[in-house]
Amino acid sequence: MPVQTPPIGGHVVIPKPALQQVFDALREAGYTLIGPTVDSGAIVYEEVAKVADLPVGWTDDHSPGQYRLRARGDRRHFGFVVGPQAWKRYLYPPTLRLFTARRTEKGFEISQDGQAPRYAFIGVRGCDMAAIGVQDRVFLEGPAHDPSYRARREAAFILAVNCTEPGGTCFCASMKTGPRCGPGFDLALTELEEIFLFEVGSELGAQMLAGVQWRAAGAFEMNQARRALTEAEGRMGRRMDTRDLPDLLYENLEHSRWDDVARRCLSCANCTMVCPTCFCSDVREVSDLTGGVTGRERVWDSCFNREFSYVFGGHLRPNTRARYRQWLTHKLASWIDQFGTSGCVGCGRCITWCPVGIDLTEELTAIRGEVRA
Amino acid sequence: MSVTTVRHHPVPAVGHPMIPIPATITAITTEAPGIITYTLEFQDPAVRDAYRFSPGQFNMLYLPGIGESAISISSDPAEPGALRHTVRVVGNVTQAIARLQVGGVIGVRGPYGNPWPVERAVGRDVIVVAGGIGLAPLRPAIYHFVRHRADYGRIQLLNGARTPGELLYPREYDDWRSHDIEVVETVDLADETWKGRVGVVPILFYALRPDPKRTTVFTCGPEIMMHFVIYEALARRIPKDNIFISLERNMKCAIAFCGRCQYGPAFLCKDGPVLSYDRIEPFFGVEEF
Repeated sequence: MPVQTPPIGGHVVIPKPALQQVFDALREAGYTLIGPTVDSGAIVYEEVAKVADLPVGWTDDHSPGQYRLRARGDRRHFGFVVGPQAWKRYLYPPTLRLFTARRTEKGFEISQDGQAPRYAFIGVRGCDMAAIGVQDRVFLEGPAHDPSYRARREAAFILAVNCTEPGGTCFCASMKTGPRCGPGFDLALTELEEIFLFEVGSELGAQMLAGVQWRAAGAFEMNQARRALTEAEGRMGRRMDTRDLPDLLYENLEHSRWDDVARRCLSCANCTMVCPTCFCSDVREVSDLTGGVTGRERVWDSCFNREFSYVFGGHLRPNTRARYRQWLTHKLASWIDQFGTSGCVGCGRCITWCPVGIDLTEELTAIRGEVRA
Repeated sequence: MSVTTVRHHPVPAVGHPMIPIPATITAITTEAPGIITYTLEFQDPAVRDAYRFSPGQFNMLYLPGIGESAISISSDPAEPGALRHTVRVVGNVTQAIARLQVGGVIGVRGPYGNPWPVERAVGRDVIVVAGGIGLAPLRPAIYHFVRHRADYGRIQLLNGARTPGELLYPREYDDWRSHDIEVVETVDLADETWKGRVGVVPILFYALRPDPKRTTVFTCGPEIMMHFVIYEALARRIPKDNIFISLERNMKCAIAFCGRCQYGPAFLCKDGPVLSYDRIEPFFGVEEF
């Protein structure tokens, strides 16, 4: 077998069992593999070692407020949509110790610990690729850089998967983030019946295929993949009309729909926890029993939490109406002013995982003043 | 409509930008009941020498085991070695700071935020309108005017508090007046010692006839006060982009990560706290925004 790296930008084909060799190469290169696996009735992103850890033969059905695993009846490796977790959990962890402060004679001393893990993300969809790009703008291109995010992000290997399984709450086609993965991956695969079709995105990606028996993709396979993606684009369960944003929302801050959605919304913060771009955080002090050593931790927070808007004198958004308005207006409107991109990538998680099935595409349609057929 | 600007803050070369730098309390002054000014000096001489701030900026003050709070700098920007913060004792952090003595150590990081545009106001008349502790972030601007008095036209300070005892920095008014800064005071509730005006701050506008073409307004105080200051300023035809207000929101990071200080498109930690009224008009006064 010739050891040969494929060209960057090239398309190559490998037999399905050879995916294990790619996993092995990544592990040998020092990566911890994080990929989709079935746990507790959902597809989650956890550490995986073998191809058999993937949700082979499983898919997930999505509708507002509902998520169910279902056996596909075939042997597809990536035949599912998206689980509740986003990759932000690994790049921007839910709890991160920023530093440790120790009391001293002169006051206190600060120390920092921790080395960034080296993750290889297996199975990043187009929506989630875009979401990583959105968080890059928050943590790497703002007034300050987040060194923890940077270290994890720069070390990460991305094996993307072009999506041929859009779900009932998906609308990446409207947000122009999928189903084909945008740039930034090391490798991107499209799963076909018997083979994986890889696109090589980087030198590192090419190296991971060096020990694998690959061959250049033929026109037939390229066409098959293209067809699968075009067909996927037509099967989105949702769509979003992004015309006139951000002004549409700025001009409707007192729309009666906010009252309407406030009667349904539980202010539970689920949407912000599953959102792959939501980045708001809190900080807390975690002291030992002596009070001499304190860790300062950053934890995920949500604009749906009451304390989020507290200033001396009271909570600025005591009512759910104002919190939902803040969330949607930020996500779809002010995000564009702040970061030059929408905060929504169309993954549909906030619709699926809302316990009462609030659908932001529907809310936007109502604010636009159009009744959805 | 875009109000975001990229501002680069001093960030440590290594380590997380949210790591505070130890500073020692060198003086404590009680200004009014529950309002205290702390003078801080960085322990590291190199930090002390390199530190600069502009009027209207703030620092994050940190105590291990307690937490961190955004506090305006209230001292003279020409003397950055002696940093003063006037604190109202209301929350966890400020209560813990209030228990410290001279020699106590506080973590400081900053300065952060968009300052009062004192350079843009050169050659113009300035009306400074302060309510209560709102004078604290305005005082560095007043010190700047005192030091560069010839660069400006008429300067008026309209200053109010709930009671005479809560007027901030009263011992300095005569010095400011001696530099041709007109200081006018009012209180909401007078006591038997008070011989001045009674009423909310915006009423001080009634006697003013500013030239709208050459007047800039800086205001900081309770939002309801600023609401009426803007109303009075607009009634005198002062353009929206020459009315500057300093807003307060919950802040945990001051570097646009925590998301809490958003005000429409603006992050108040970097685009604010000082914003011109034309940039926030669609949102200012929207209930619970």
